[in-house]
Amino acid sequence: MKNPFDNLDKVLEHRVRLQIMSVLVTNDGYEFSSLKDVLDVTDGNLASHIKALEREKYVSVSKSFIDRKPNTKYKITERGRTAFKKHLDAMEAVIKQQK
Amino acid sequence: MKQIQEYEKDIASIRNMMERSSKFISLSGLSGVLSGIYALAGATVAYFTIHYPISPVHFRQYSLQTPEALSKLVLIATLVLAASITTGLWLSHKKAKKHGEKLWNSTSKSLVFNMAVPLVSGGIFILIMLYTGHFGLAAPACLIFYGLALIQASVNTVDEVRYLGFSEIILGLISASVPGYGLIFWTIGFGVLHIIYGGIMYNKYDK
Repeated sequence: MKNPFDNLDKVLEHRVRLQIMSVLVTNDGYEFSSLKDVLDVTDGNLASHIKALEREKYVSVSKSFIDRKPNTKYKITERGRTAFKKHLDAMEAVIKQQK
Repeated sequence: MKQIQEYEKDIASIRNMMERSSKFISLSGLSGVLSGIYALAGATVAYFTIHYPISPVHFRQYSLQTPEALSKLVLIATLVLAASITTGLWLSHKKAKKHGEKLWNSTSKSLVFNMAVPLVSGGIFILIMLYTGHFGLAAPACLIFYGLALIQASVNTVDEVRYLGFSEIILGLISASVPGYGLIFWTIGFGVLHIIYGGIMYNKYDK
């Protein structure tokens, strides 16, 4: 049997990234500031992890202005959804194997 | 390579995030009980305005004979609604503060938006009914549209709200089939049901 560890997504190994993906998979679009509140992380921390997910094209970003204030909204991509699901399946397999 | 416990923690945090980012949990159960009490008080005043001295279970084909009675009823309903919304906002604000959350976050925003669609369309529909003299179905329409609004809202909050919504719709449909008893069904729907479900929510989440 193939080693289930091979199916784990290196990009999603970090918990903050996993949490970002969980929020975006349940909600149709989420703002940067709301994401920061719900995850309870700093601006810089969230920005760097979001960047990593953007680079993999797991999330898409749309910028606009609301009342002349910049507003950044993130959405999960199909690629991101598939990767998230695959990573969850891999985690499940790892846990099952160890028990 | 991460430890197995780390993966279990990952999964727990995923579940927590999905729940927290999509559900508004600061909704106060106590405010549900209080709005039920306001509705009972309003219904008592309404009974003395339109039915008295006839017993409330006595069948009445035309309960509204005068425009004064109608405007009094609309005023009572508006007062009950305003008092309920104010209490709901105040108690939910207190509860959100206790949990270290904001009352006005992306979840409560979508909660309000989801509720507003059936509520506003229902409200306008009922006003049109009253204006055109179709008084008999106004109370059932209140219950049915309110039930639909609750089912919409339940996507973003605790499950009890969905069951309350179904109960309101069933009650509204029964009420529509027995004209003349509107006030009694209105009292059960907005008074008794709010107290029951508010009490369940208070026991489960507020303590």
